[in-house]
Amino acid sequence: MTIAGLAAVVFSVLVCTVRRVMVGSSQLENANPLIYQRSGERQVTAQDEDEELHDKIDDREIFDLIRSINDPEHPLSLEELNVVEEIRVKVRSSLPGSLHLCGVSDEESAVSVEFTPTIPHCSMATLIGLSIKVKLLRSLPERFKVDVHITPGTHASEHAVNKQLADKERVAAALENSHLLEVVNQCLSARS
Amino acid sequence: MAEAQDSLLGLVEEFVSGQQDSKAAEVAAGVKDGLFTVLQLVEALGSCLANTEPRTRGRGVQLLSQVLLQCYANLREKEVEVLVVFYENRLKDHHVITPHVLQGLKALSMSVVFPPGLAVSVLKSVFQEIHVQSLMQLDRHTVYTIITNFMNNREEELKSLGADFTFGFIQVMDGEKDPRNLLVAFRIVQNIITKGYALGPFVEELFEVTSCYFPIDFTPPPNDPHGITREDLIVGLRGVLASTPRFAEFLLPLVIEKMDSDIQSAKVDALQTLTAACAVYEQKELKEFLSGLWSSIRREVFQTASDKVESEGLAALHALSASLSRSVLGPDSEDLLDIFLTNILKDCKHHLCEPDMKLVWPSAKLLQAAAAASSRACRKVTANVLPLLLEQYNQHAQSSHRRTILEMTLGFLKLQSKWLHEEDENGLVSFKDPLCSMVFSAVTDPSTQLQQVAVKALTVLGTHQGFLSSGDIDLIVDHLTRLILEAADSQSCQAAIESSGSLARVHPSVFISRMVSPLCSRLQTVPMESTESPDGAIPQHAMWQRCHEALAAVSTHHSIVQETVPILLDYVRQTHKGEINAEDVVAVCKSLHHVAVLCQENAESLFYYHQKVVPCLLSLTVQAAMQDRGTAADLHVLLSDSVLTAMVPLIIASTSRLSPELLSSSISQIVSLFLDGDVSILAENSFTSRFLPFQMEGPAAPQSLLVALLMAYVCSLPRNVEVPHQSRLLQDLLALSLGGCCTFAFTSAAKCFAGLINKCPAGQQLDDILKIASHKIESGLEDNSKRTQAVMLLAWVTKALILRYHPMNGQLTNKMISLLSNRDLGPLAADLFSLLVSDSSDILNKSSHADIRIMYRQRFFTENVPKLVEGFNAANGDDKPNYLKALSHVLNCLPKQVLITELPSLFSLLLEALSCPDNIVQLSTLTCLEPLLLDAAEILSVHIDSLISKLLCLTSSPSMAVRITALKCMLALTKLPLPMLLPYKQRVIRALAKPLDDKKRLVRKEAVEARCQWFLIGSPGS
Repeated sequence: MTIAGLAAVVFSVLVCTVRRVMVGSSQLENANPLIYQRSGERQVTAQDEDEELHDKIDDREIFDLIRSINDPEHPLSLEELNVVEEIRVKVRSSLPGSLHLCGVSDEESAVSVEFTPTIPHCSMATLIGLSIKVKLLRSLPERFKVDVHITPGTHASEHAVNKQLADKERVAAALENSHLLEVVNQCLSARS
Repeated sequence: MAEAQDSLLGLVEEFVSGQQDSKAAEVAAGVKDGLFTVLQLVEALGSCLANTEPRTRGRGVQLLSQVLLQCYANLREKEVEVLVVFYENRLKDHHVITPHVLQGLKALSMSVVFPPGLAVSVLKSVFQEIHVQSLMQLDRHTVYTIITNFMNNREEELKSLGADFTFGFIQVMDGEKDPRNLLVAFRIVQNIITKGYALGPFVEELFEVTSCYFPIDFTPPPNDPHGITREDLIVGLRGVLASTPRFAEFLLPLVIEKMDSDIQSAKVDALQTLTAACAVYEQKELKEFLSGLWSSIRREVFQTASDKVESEGLAALHALSASLSRSVLGPDSEDLLDIFLTNILKDCKHHLCEPDMKLVWPSAKLLQAAAAASSRACRKVTANVLPLLLEQYNQHAQSSHRRTILEMTLGFLKLQSKWLHEEDENGLVSFKDPLCSMVFSAVTDPSTQLQQVAVKALTVLGTHQGFLSSGDIDLIVDHLTRLILEAADSQSCQAAIESSGSLARVHPSVFISRMVSPLCSRLQTVPMESTESPDGAIPQHAMWQRCHEALAAVSTHHSIVQETVPILLDYVRQTHKGEINAEDVVAVCKSLHHVAVLCQENAESLFYYHQKVVPCLLSLTVQAAMQDRGTAADLHVLLSDSVLTAMVPLIIASTSRLSPELLSSSISQIVSLFLDGDVSILAENSFTSRFLPFQMEGPAAPQSLLVALLMAYVCSLPRNVEVPHQSRLLQDLLALSLGGCCTFAFTSAAKCFAGLINKCPAGQQLDDILKIASHKIESGLEDNSKRTQAVMLLAWVTKALILRYHPMNGQLTNKMISLLSNRDLGPLAADLFSLLVSDSSDILNKSSHADIRIMYRQRFFTENVPKLVEGFNAANGDDKPNYLKALSHVLNCLPKQVLITELPSLFSLLLEALSCPDNIVQLSTLTCLEPLLLDAAEILSVHIDSLISKLLCLTSSPSMAVRITALKCMLALTKLPLPMLLPYKQRVIRALAKPLDDKKRLVRKEAVEARCQWFLIGSPGS
């Protein structure tokens, strides 16, 4: 069996859920969730405007990439549902000093994001994780290693989900599935 | 006569047997010219109309109909009658002939002498003899036109047909598919209903035959020549469906069904149709469906992801509530509004108690939409909701919860104030005390966000005159003062300042005593030098600025203006003691400008301001200029460019709106001050030497800087105010603008000259001065020491003339264009093109009463862009960027619609400009391109390849602004039609990986947006 075929089996459960969401069923898993305040746009500082200075990629910048991702179920962002928080984003960007300025890509660059499903049995957890991962892969320079996982102790099948998200080939194969890609793209589209 | 008869027979023969269509026009021309009559034509056609071959008969009828279409206006009543009878008979003839018969009937139906009674018989025959839906589109359209004509001209006769007419039309349009015909058919149905034709037993049929198109699902084919949009059809159909309460029983269930659709546009259409229908419905139509409608609307607002659906849902609820409120209650009928609102309250109220849950806001919005419809609804809802919100506020201690609750309360308070002026007693009085204590507790809360909402609520409560006691008002003003003076957060302070501005209008005396004086005394104690302030306190300097801003903002009432203006002027006065730096004077001038803008609402305040401020500033600056001995190092602070520039807008604001009578005294004084050194307008006028602003050499040189103030004054006068000694003034200005050595002075003089020229009445005087000016400019351009001045003056005068479209503008513009190839002046001239076409901020604009012709930019564009293009092609390599820069400045200021039409001819030039190494040209071209990319798909399709390459190349430009704008263009491209983009998708995604690693965060942000959007195109789910 090909790897893609294998992955399709693994993600099949997920795809069933996806179909349910797409049909627009009116029974939401959590119809009236708690909502949190959105942090405003990042203030533009004088340093940002200065042509010469080098701005490092920091936690807030990574958080800004993922905070506006839509929840697959609600017309709310992951930030508003507190699924992602700035404190759960860690970035280790290029070493300070000359290394990066010379254009030498840095082996050490890595991003780690923890996300917290709204309820421990949330069937959307894999999908949310996948959306975060895809968004980061599309938005960060290639030298970054991207690690997305569930905040420890917040989901029933935490381990399985983390394993799926960490497996490059499974993620790639999942995105070959057009149903899945459709939902991921919807999560990543700007809200109308 | 016989000759004419023969030629007619010949023409008929050629048309019928010879199949020459052009002969119809000749016959028509003959009839029009009186060569032969229609009757003769019929006789000439005689044989072929009786021919046994249907095609020949058809050809005969066709000729007759085509002639009638041209000549129906010349027909006499008797002729019409005969022809109608003939055509009615022909309707029974072979189907090949029918289209021509219909054309003939259409021509006759337009005749004003159409005999009474015949319309009915024509329609009866049409309804009886033809199956309309089996005709071609054009012929069906003819039938609709005939009906429309009769409905316009013969309304009474058609009504005599009773419901038969309606029924006949239902059969005619049943099954219609063409959008062009549907638009006409919808209009006919709407007329049938609104003009009161009898519907009889056919109400449901009429509804069925139209509602089957609801919701409209139509996408016009690409390159549609008819230009019918989905929107046209939707509006047409909605006009029918929502036109009568008699459709209610059929329409409402349909609306409820369509709201449940999966297609968003269908939901929106259903909600909008409901809103439209509510305008004609009353309770009895709505009664049965209220609960169904409510639960559908609630579901949509609670669950939707789309703002559009939400806002339409709320609008529909508002319309329902308004419709129910409108209905007059009978003695024994139940109050449906009350029941409806009770239902809404029951479903929404409990969500208001969960201020951190998702449904809290949708519930509040629904309640507010229902309450906003009428005073009765508002009273009922607020009476239920306010006590609950007040209680919730006390139960929740967290400030984020309290903020949500207070914000909802604020929404209801605003609604209440909408209805307040209509009624004396309102539901709020009983809540006054708890409301006040809630708002006062919130305004002292440490959370700044809660404070800001509280300030808004205070403003709403305070503006209800007579609602709060004077003690409460005092307390409000004290709180605002405290926030202005003590709030560490600048946003809270801003909110307080804004609120003070609107409340000061209502309670001026309280503000004078409780805000203006504390601010003043604080200003006196704040040391001007910024000393180290203790941790957490507001820096002294910021405090000083806040006080000034607040003083300016509360100047919304005449009595307050009289207090604040002297205080602000005192600060400008202090400059003579050397206690204040330029930056602070600029800040004070900004505050004074703010006051001037606020004073414009009130003539009395404005006159006071003008009398007080303008002479004072002139005195101070003249005094400064006289003391000054002209060394650049110790230039008086009031004479610095930034301070004088800041004084200009406030003089303009105080002058431009003043009535001419009030200006007459100050104008001659000011002009003679500048021309003759007459200091009578100045308050402190004991000068040892004379004020000679137009003297360019020697000790008086700094005085010439003050021409900027003269410019502000004389150039903002209304056009009907005459400037005394204008020609002498113009001479002096001209001399200074060419001879001045300080940039600020000669630019101000050039602007002042241009400002006056723009308003100068056309005539000999104007032509003379322009002749002198252009002569002097010419010689100035030759003189190395004067050339910058000359270019500046040229640009400003050109602008003044372009605006009023003076005949000389072309000559001067040509001069500007020719300068582009001048080695030394080219770059400066190119930059000045932006001045020619952009709006100027101080003078030569609408608010300073400049003479501006409409469309002057378009005119400038059509006259000069070809010259620029030509110049570009002819220029040598070094000068090309100048032309491109001038061009991109011009294009940047043009309205988008004009640009779109010109784009095809300019696009390759713009692409070239993108490759020009000059950053400014690149940036200005990109800025010009970005908004166009959306609408220019067709033009782009040819150039897309090179455009994408150039844009991608610019994403690694050394200039950050260019990189950002290039990426914005890449994002804008994603809105183009998919087939154009797909071939480039992979390449673009790869290329955009590089700017993701840009050293500037602002660039990375744009790169992420563009790249992620390119990932989405052509991918499922986007």
